[in-house]
Order: sequence, then C-alpha cells, then structure tokens
Amino acid sequence: MAYETVVGLEVHVELATKTKLFCSCRTDFGDEPNTNTCPICLAYPGTLPVLNEAAVALALKAALALNCEITRETKFDRKHYFYPDLPKAYQVSQFDRPLGRNGYVDIEVDGEKKRIRIERLHLEEDAGKLIHTPGGTLVDFNRGGVPLIEIVTAPDIRSGKEAAAFLTELRAILAYAGVSDVRMEEGSLRCDANVSVRPVGETRFGTKTEIKNMNSIGSVERAIEYEAARQMEVLAQGGTIVQETRRYDEARRVTVGMRAKETSADYRYFPDPDLVAFTIPEAWIEEIRESLPELPDARRKRYVEEFGLSSYDARVLTQEKAVGDFFEAAVAHGGDVKAIANWMMVEVLGYLNKEQKSIDAVPMTPAHLSRLVRLIEDGTISGRIAKEIFPEVIATGADPEALVREKGLVQIQDAALLEAVVKRVLEANPKSVADYLAGKEKALGHLVGQVMKETKGKANPGLANALLKKALEARRGAGGA
Amino acid sequence: MAAYGDLLEERIPDLRRRLETGELAPEALLEAALERIAAVEDRIESFIALDPDAARRRAAALSEKRRRGEALGALYGIPAAVKDNIAVAGLPMTAGSRMLEGFLPPDDAVVTERLLAADAVIVGKANLDEFAMGGSTETSAYRTTKNPWHPDRVPGGSSGGSAAAVAAREVWYAIGTDSGGSIRQPASFTGIVGFKPTYGRIPRTGVVAFASSFDTVGVLARTVEEAAIVYDALHGFHPSDTTSLPRDREPVAPTLGRDVRGLKVAVPTFWLVGLHPDVRARTEEALRVLEGLGAIVEPVDMPHLAYAEAAYTILTMGEAASNLARFDGLRYGRRFSDARDLAALYAETRARGFGREVKRRVLLGTYFLSAGRYEDMYVRAQKVRTLIRRDFERVFADYDLVAGPTVPTPAFPLSERLSDPVAMYQSDRLTSPANLAGLPAVSVPAGFSAEGLPIGLQLVGDVAEDALVLQAAYAYQAATEHHRRRPAL
Ligand SMILES: [Zn+2]
Repeated sequence: MAYETVVGLEVHVELATKTKLFCSCRTDFGDEPNTNTCPICLAYPGTLPVLNEAAVALALKAALALNCEITRETKFDRKHYFYPDLPKAYQVSQFDRPLGRNGYVDIEVDGEKKRIRIERLHLEEDAGKLIHTPGGTLVDFNRGGVPLIEIVTAPDIRSGKEAAAFLTELRAILAYAGVSDVRMEEGSLRCDANVSVRPVGETRFGTKTEIKNMNSIGSVERAIEYEAARQMEVLAQGGTIVQETRRYDEARRVTVGMRAKETSADYRYFPDPDLVAFTIPEAWIEEIRESLPELPDARRKRYVEEFGLSSYDARVLTQEKAVGDFFEAAVAHGGDVKAIANWMMVEVLGYLNKEQKSIDAVPMTPAHLSRLVRLIEDGTISGRIAKEIFPEVIATGADPEALVREKGLVQIQDAALLEAVVKRVLEANPKSVADYLAGKEKALGHLVGQVMKETKGKANPGLANALLKKALEARRGAGGA
Repeated sequence: MAAYGDLLEERIPDLRRRLETGELAPEALLEAALERIAAVEDRIESFIALDPDAARRRAAALSEKRRRGEALGALYGIPAAVKDNIAVAGLPMTAGSRMLEGFLPPDDAVVTERLLAADAVIVGKANLDEFAMGGSTETSAYRTTKNPWHPDRVPGGSSGGSAAAVAAREVWYAIGTDSGGSIRQPASFTGIVGFKPTYGRIPRTGVVAFASSFDTVGVLARTVEEAAIVYDALHGFHPSDTTSLPRDREPVAPTLGRDVRGLKVAVPTFWLVGLHPDVRARTEEALRVLEGLGAIVEPVDMPHLAYAEAAYTILTMGEAASNLARFDGLRYGRRFSDARDLAALYAETRARGFGREVKRRVLLGTYFLSAGRYEDMYVRAQKVRTLIRRDFERVFADYDLVAGPTVPTPAFPLSERLSDPVAMYQSDRLTSPANLAGLPAVSVPAGFSAEGLPIGLQLVGDVAEDALVLQAAYAYQAATEHHRRRPAL
C-alpha cells in the first residue's frame, strides 16, 4: 500500500528584544549562567510581571509578516507544570486568544509552489535551561522569561523536504522582518514535528508522534523522513503506531521513543490575573504593518522581473536579507547584474560557506565587488585573474583596482605583444597544431591555455583565441597550398 | 510609666503635631510602643517577628532628620506593624508558613517603600493565617494570636495579628491585606477600623500573592481619620504593578467631616438574614444612626449575593493553587527534602512546608482548574463574579453606599472552626462580595455583643469611591462612642 506523510510543525522563536518579557533583565545569549536574572524572573514571592511592549510589537510584526489575522482583544494565560526550569511552575503563554491566527507561508519544492497554513502564533515566555553534570543537574535561568513566539502550522506538510523548505522560508521571513536572529544552533529557533502517515487517498489522520531534539533544518528533514519510514514499516508489518514523544538522535539518525507519560498533561490554563486583558489598537497594527520591510517572496519576484534573474538564482540571493542587501548595493555601484549575481552565488557564498562567516563579517564592500566585475567587463583583467585576487579582496577588503595595479595584473590587450607569444606557443606545441588542423577543434582550447600560462593569465583570453585562430588558419592555408 | 500609657490613647494627628514641634521624640513614642508590646505580647501574640533595635535606629534617624530641619512625612515617627506577607527588607518574611521560614525578601514592597517615605517606624511583622488563607489567624505556622477583648476568642483573620496589635495598643496602625474580608473581618472582631480600598489602589508589588485578582492592601487603625491619613500616604499607581490604580483626586483625610446628609444607603436584604442576634441589633442601631445623620437608608435586593461565597471559594482557590505552585524549596525558602528524585523532592517539600488549610485550598484550586472541571467550576464562578458586579452597578446607579454588618457573628472561640472549614469560610460571607467586585469597603466599630465582643458596621462604595466610604464612616464614628472603649488587658 502507498502511504503519504503528514507533518505539522511547532516552531519556537526567541524575539530579538533587549530585555525579557516581564522584567528588565537582558536577553543576551552566552552570558555567565544566572547573571541575567532578578527576583521577577526567579519567581520570588511578591513579584509581578510588567509586559514588555517591544515584545508585543515584534510578535505582531512576525504575525503580520506571516500573513496572520491579528486577535485584537487578547490576554495572557498561565500554563502550569512543575519543572525546575520553570520558576513560577507556570509559563505565561496565550491559550485561546493567540496574537495571530490563520496565516500562511508559501514554499517551493522541486519547482512546485505550495502554501503551508499557520494555525496560530502566540507570545509566551521561555523557560530556563537545565545543565546536566556528573555532580547533578544545574539550572541556568538566563533564558527564563525571554520572549518567544510559538508558531503552529496546519498539518499541510507532506515530506521532510517540505518541512525544510518551510523552515528555510520561515527563517528568512522572520530575519527579514527583524523579529529574531533565528539561530537554530543557539536555540533562538527551535522546532518540534508532529508526524503521521496514512494511505494515499485517506482523509483522516493517522496516529501521530511528536519528534523533538532536532537542532538544524537538515536534522528536521532527516528526522521526518526517518520517522515517516519507520511508521510505514510498522504499519506494513501489521503493527499500530503508538502516540508518543520521540527524540531524534542525530548521531545515529534515528528517532527514539521517550518514556511514555502515565497520564496526559493537564496544563490547567486560566487567564493570568496579574496581566489584564488588553486591546491592540488598530493604528498600532497599521504602524507595524507599514514598518515591515520587503519580504523574501516580494524580493524574489522583483529580482526575476527587474534583474531578469532565474527564479533559482533569485531564491539563492534572497535567502538571507544581508546577502540580498549586499547584492543590490553592488548592483547599484554598477556592473552587469547577472555577472554580479554569479559572483555572489559562486564566489561570495562559497567563501562564506567555507569560512562559516556571515556577509556582515567580511571586510569586502559591495563597491569592491562591483569594481571587480567592471574590471572584467572593461577588459582590464580576465575572469581568471579576478578569481585569483578575489580571496584577498574578500578577506582583507583590498580595493580590486589598486590590487590589480600593484601586482601588475592588468590584462595584455595589445595584439602586437600577444602575437609573439602566440607564435612561440604554436612552435612549442606541434601536436596540438596538427590536431587542430586535422579538425580537432578542441586542441584550440589547449593552445589558449598555453598562451594564458605564458602570460601568467594576463592575456585577454578573447584576443588570444582570435590571434591563435588567425595564425592556425594561416598555416592551414599555407599547408594546403 | 504612666506617661507612656497616656501616649497609647493619643491619636495620630495629635502625636504627629507633637513630634513635629519636638515636644515628643520618635524615640519616646517608640519606647511607649515597645513597652506596651513587652507587657501584652505574651498574651496576644500579634507579631511573628519584632525588631526593636532596627526600630530604635530608625526612630533615632528620624529624630536626626527633624534636627536637620528636613520636611517630615505624614506618618513621621508613628510606630506601625506590617502583616508578614508584605516585604520589609531586612526583616524575614514568612507569610505565616514554614515554607518561607528564614526567607529574607530582597526588596521592600511598594507599600513598605511608601510607609518609609512617609517616615513611619516599622516595629515588626504581624501574624497572619498561612499565606493569608483563613479567617482566624489560627492557620499560621508560628503562633496563635488572641483577641485582645477575650483571651479565648480568635482575633479574626487573615490579618489577625495586624488587628490585634492595633486593638491591643501595641501600635497605632497596621498594614494588612484583604482578599475576602481579611482586613474588615478582624477589624470587626477586635473593635477597630479596617479599610480595604478599591482593588489596585495600593500596589501589590512585594505582597505575597494569595489570589491576585482579589488581594488588596489596606489599613487597620483605631479611627477612620487615622486610616485615611495612612491610606493617603500609601495609595496610587506604581509601574511595577500594572493592575494598580492612580491616586485619588485629592487626599482623603482633609475631606473627612463632609456632610453625609442626603446620602443614599442601600442595605441588601440578604445581608440581614442568618445573623447573630446581637449583630443584627447593632447593625440596625447603626443604620438608625446613619439616618439620624440625614442619610436615606433603604433595603435593596441583590439577587446574586447568595452565590458570592461559592464563587469566591472557587476563584480564590484556583488563583491560590497557581500562585503557590512556585514554592518548591529550590530557589528560596526551606527545602524539606533531600530526595534525589524530582517528583519526590517537590512532593515532600510541599507536603511538609504547607499547612493543612493551604494544602486543602491548593488541592481544591487545582481541581477547579483541571480539565473537565474548569468550565463548570471556574468559568461559571467567573460568570457569577460578573453578575455580582452588575448587582452592585445596579445599586450604585441609585445609591451612594451599600451598608450592612461586616461579619454575621462576633469573634468565635479559638479552634472552634479550625476543623470546620465551611463554617470558617462563612465568616467571609458578607465581606467577599466587595472583593469579587473590587470595591472599596470599611468596617467601623458599631458596638458590642452581650458578651462584650466588638461588632462592626460595613460600608461599601462604588469603584474608586474610596473617599466617600471613609467620609461616611467618619461621620458615623463622629456620632458614636464605640471606638473609645478599651479592651481590658
Ligand atoms: Zn529578570
């Protein structure tokens, strides 16, 4: 029997506020444990929460960027459970009046466009972090009380690949909107997946499992693929799926069942009496909507329409806002748009990937990239020379034009100078000459390579090519006579 | 020292004048209080903690302040007690529970800051029912406070220590909290004035939460005028409590003495049934006094008051179960377990750290909030709360005040209701409606039972009409002598 995979995601995103949701402690990541704490976020008796307006603004911004309807009459609720990382023994969250509802994210997988619906987006506080040591378990409350949004999708996702595409797009949107730094490795974006399978054509859902502990988009994709295959295998063997929470083991690339809870959790939600229900003014929503920057989807469309890029190239260049910004700044400094796009995708992104750096962290400016491309365009240097000097340009921020001059890398444009080299090369490579004359056109490439080698790459490749051809054809004429 | 005895009967405005001129030193007034405490505290047990040395340092510093010619606060040099669920930095705060034994709060509560800013002298922390849950102060894990009028009677609760300290002349006023009558009921039982302002008038920051949407900080004093002076020093919005309210339009104390002629007073018929005969008699006499002052007193029907107690029980216990979930002995307070297992650590600490009444309310509250019960218990109780608010709104459309007895009975015997929680909860029957609706309410001495136990008259005002409540209570007190009688101690 053929099965299909059904996935819904629950994504937690830490908002990029300076201070926590209900106190004025800082939200900085990586500080000494328990230094960003106060009586309020440690739940001392007598302390009261004061709502951080900036967090509400960012959550609204996220909701609008994800096409959600805003719940204007909203409130906070207490979600109760006992755990050492939760000092009040309840998490302030939103139960039946989430800030955002009925949003969506459009994704594209294998050229197919698809809409993933977002059921709800709500604002809540993060818990602390447990640190297990041989001597016992320690708690770091620095993260406790940091504002989070929880985004819950409809069960619209049908594969690990779609889940990865959704998360990639979600990350991009949230980063563009400036609501979070969305770093999965630092835990500022965390994702759980509800996975089930069902026979193709079936409309009811199968029994789902909840997958936790996935710490990269790749591991979400792999975990879902593994879990769906596991469930299909269980069903194929005549078994049934047990509703449970499973942990993804990245090293072994399997999901493992966690200890089943004896009873289902009852969080005993009720409205937080310390935080009165409030109404979000329409004007505030509009103000935030207007403050939204161009989002990845709109930017991609613009790159295709305005710059004539392929939709693939447009997607690569818009994945990260800073990369797109850099690209556009380079284009604004002049040069062929497609050439700049190519340089961005191949050389720049390749370098960033290899060095594990973000584009903001490199000294090269958009003006440098533009100049490098224009140096090729006006024939000052060859593409090969450009590639040679690129690592220095990007790593040190050296001006390409100055670098070319300093190193004497200006291209040989003078036909008279090159003719002598051509002559030497032809004499030194009689076999290639013979091959070419015998009709093996490929031999020309080898000869051009030799000219470039002789000139240490400074020959204008087009000119070298033309001069070689001319000389070879002259020989063909001479030989034929 | 006879001179000290005289000081004890002087009222705050007179003392404040003498302190300002330097005729009386804060140190001398404090010594009078400390001497009185030394003389009666064994029998009354109002305090969980006393810090005479800190109080003496404070009094000396205030003396110095006057010598430097600085402006002196409204409560300059007047000794006070603070209920032990309110943080005073430097003094332990137990909330009457073993769970917080030895706990030192890191900061002053906002109400404490304001007391100190008004140059008050805090002599100690007053006893209370554990986490303010109770109506007799007997659920305190530390001591049993006695009613200064009768050694075998409860002082009421949960602010029983605060009330007894004022009634026994150990201090001139005390700060309490009132979530269902915890200031007014002990005030009624001990023959003093207990004022619960509009919900939010005095910020809750630094006050151990019992039921957040009910908890109201207020004042216990011998007279309405003194309660108004203290209230004036304490009320007003604070950014740390976003449920707190702005200040009254003008200070209340100077407005006392305003005419109450023509004031329309509604008496809910439901509040006149099921009363102790003496309570009924004193209430009717009190209403006649109000009429004699020119007020128009009429019976009204408030159909939902009969459900107040049930709604109050469900809502406060639900909030309490949530508010008390944080006490696990991990970050502060006492840990009653060295279990390696997390669930056992929680269970042992909470089983041993909390007393019976607190555990009863936490369990019931958890039940009321649980899946399957929430809709027919908690949500329904919230609807009743709305209906009670509407009952009051309807009455306040035609009347200025609602009046009745504060408690259905005079102070009951010690331990009588400790094992009968339903009877104990009954003593909140007439006070909890003001908390359900968030309204200002005062209990003012209205005479005595045949056995010589005090009985209080309750006046309830519309939201934010704190001043009107105090003005009417003042007029009533000015026309009566009940507050002048002293307990024989
Ligand atoms: Zn904090």
